[in-house]
Amino acid sequence: MSIFEYNGSAIIGMAGKECVAIGSDLRFGVQFQTLATDYQKIYRIHDKLYLGLAGLGTDAQTLAARFKFKHNMYKLREERDIRPSTFGQLVSSTLYEKRFGPYFCSPVVAGLDKDNVPYLCGMDTIGAIETAKDFMVAGTAPDSLYGMCESMFRPDLEPEELFEVLSQCLLAGTDRDALSGWGAIVHVITKDKTNSRTLKGRMD
Amino acid sequence: MGESQYSFSLTTFSPSGKLVQIEYALNAVSAGATSLGIKATNGVVIATEKKLRTTLVDETTVQKISLLTPNVGVAYSGMGPDSRVLVRKARKSAQAYYRLYKESIPVAQLVRETAAVMQEFTQSGGVRPFGVSLLMAGYDENGPQLYQIDPSGSYFAWKASAIGKNMTNAKTFLEKRYSDDMELEDAIHTALLTLKEGFEGQISGENIEVAVVGEDGKFRVLTPAEVSDYLEEVE
Repeated sequence: MSIFEYNGSAIIGMAGKECVAIGSDLRFGVQFQTLATDYQKIYRIHDKLYLGLAGLGTDAQTLAARFKFKHNMYKLREERDIRPSTFGQLVSSTLYEKRFGPYFCSPVVAGLDKDNVPYLCGMDTIGAIETAKDFMVAGTAPDSLYGMCESMFRPDLEPEELFEVLSQCLLAGTDRDALSGWGAIVHVITKDKTNSRTLKGRMD
Repeated sequence: MGESQYSFSLTTFSPSGKLVQIEYALNAVSAGATSLGIKATNGVVIATEKKLRTTLVDETTVQKISLLTPNVGVAYSGMGPDSRVLVRKARKSAQAYYRLYKESIPVAQLVRETAAVMQEFTQSGGVRPFGVSLLMAGYDENGPQLYQIDPSGSYFAWKASAIGKNMTNAKTFLEKRYSDDMELEDAIHTALLTLKEGFEGQISGENIEVAVVGEDGKFRVLTPAEVSDYLEEVE
């Protein structure tokens, strides 16, 4: 059994037109035993930047706390919010620091950069970064999530359409995975607000 | 020990609340060659005297303005060797920032890092304060910027400033000449005029150093030939 599949997770980040969305499932389990169905795997860094952490729950919480800390210090030092692309590099550097004893998490960073250009990136546990213009997935069901995203994604979606596409990809993708699912939460980040919605999926 | 009761320990306040070693460091700066900087609408210019004790020194090897990152550079007044320590530390912290964020360090952050080093040397055991003031110039997302950092570790952003031997006269001169809508070319002329005003002997492209950073974000030390051309324009 892989440690990445201990708790189960599914995350998708998707870019639209001057908007970006990120969603995760809500299951938290220990192998096949479901313990909670309201476990959020996405963390807000600031109004226009969200971080999804798939993988081992305990490490995800530790990482989220570290990034919260780092962003707070950054804000005090530089008197501004961190840019998504900069934050992506910071996540990468932070993970590589633990090259030989890594956090068992794969992050997805979704945010709006200057001029509301969507920024998306993901990486492996040791911070090898991969940026994407369309979508980024992570978790225990990457194959089915990739399959859904590849067939459903269209460029330059408006926020509402983006929400629909991402939600359908996430729900359909997690239906094919025993370790993730049990509903989802989707955040759609636009230039003046973030819309967060909780979805019901197959609850079995 | 020291001549005065409070001068032996760097970290001991005198009853009047002064740290005399820091004052002495400022004296070392005031004895150093004049440096000045002017912030224009579209860039920054910094200039400094490059006087040598004897004509036998190969002046092409003397460099007083240093590049810290591609878009930030620094000039100093005071003790040359001390400045090199600071340049080394500033370059290192700029690279550490780049290593972390894959983004070049903002001017204000580099100034803060360097000032923090200078402050540390006013409060640590077994060291003395730096005998230099720095003029740090750069261009980033926040536009052109000019900062002065003193041995105490305090720093300020300036429209135009001067440090070193002739700083008082130079500042008065700059106050008269400076205008908010000045462009880089005018600023270079003003910088040269100011430097010339307090210059002992004949000013030339070889005995001063001038550097500019413009909208392209490239900090560049001008060649002696370029400086000579500007000097001709000024005359």
